[in-house]
Amino acid sequence: MRDSVLPGLVAVAGVLVLTTGVGLWRRRRDGVLRPVAPLDGPSPRSSTRVGPGLPVSPGLLVALGVEPGVPVTLLQFSSEFCAPCRATRRILAEVAETLPGVRHVEIDAASSPTGVRALSIWRTPTVLVVDADGRVLHRVSGVPERTEVVAAVTPLLTPLLPETPS
Amino acid sequence: MLDPRGPRFAAGLTALVVIVVMITGSGWLALAQALVFGLTAIDPRRGPYAWLFRAVVAPRLGRPAELEPVAPVRFTQVVGFVFLVGCAAGYLAGLPVLGLVMASLALAAAFLNAAFGLCLGCEAYLLFRRLTGRAIPARVPNPAP
Repeated sequence: MRDSVLPGLVAVAGVLVLTTGVGLWRRRRDGVLRPVAPLDGPSPRSSTRVGPGLPVSPGLLVALGVEPGVPVTLLQFSSEFCAPCRATRRILAEVAETLPGVRHVEIDAASSPTGVRALSIWRTPTVLVVDADGRVLHRVSGVPERTEVVAAVTPLLTPLLPETPS
Repeated sequence: MLDPRGPRFAAGLTALVVIVVMITGSGWLALAQALVFGLTAIDPRRGPYAWLFRAVVAPRLGRPAELEPVAPVRFTQVVGFVFLVGCAAGYLAGLPVLGLVMASLALAAAFLNAAFGLCLGCEAYLLFRRLTGRAIPARVPNPAP
């Protein structure tokens, strides 16, 4: 420690460069709604993505609190020490309140390790957009934008709207 | 409830202190930072950096738009305390590599929090649960309590 400050300087520079990279990468992905591969389409990353192309047993979603038949369920995984989870909860609860047919379900990731593993949840908050047939259509990690959630959810609700006579 | 800008300001100060620790190799400064973590973990509102934030920074800022619960902040302070104690022990016991590794981890967490508002400790928690949860049933047929 007395001979040289060089190792310390190198370590400081290395950590700052690395964490800046991680931070920027995360900022780009955070809160962005990503579509989960459709049933028929080939998905190159389907082995790591849980979607309709992968066997998500309906029983699992029901066990997590998803009610079959509800047009859209916003399934939120949270953990105790997680401030963004609270922000996400507020946004999703508001969406569920404004749009009829949307239900918000929040679960503690630590309390359901089976669900977390089966659905590839690696961080909180992660939100899955589940349709009436129990298919996972979108997922988002981090705090989502309210408008993005509404835009993703609205097409799933249109069949419920009264049909205009042609 | 806390003004979330307080812990972020504290993380920035912590990052600066840890950078000085890494460059000078001072185990005593690391120990002082560990003490700050320890005091803040006991009561996040009464930590030295929190006090500085309230006395100097907060009056120059507007009212916070939202408040943050205390528990997550406390958790991160405990994690920081463990790292800085390890760091101080490394430098003071003549194991500068241990000190440097511990300080690097602490700097990464503090810098991510200060610069990007990202809480590494919070996310590591779930990751840890998942990894251990997966490993235990695979190796030992004895479920953890």
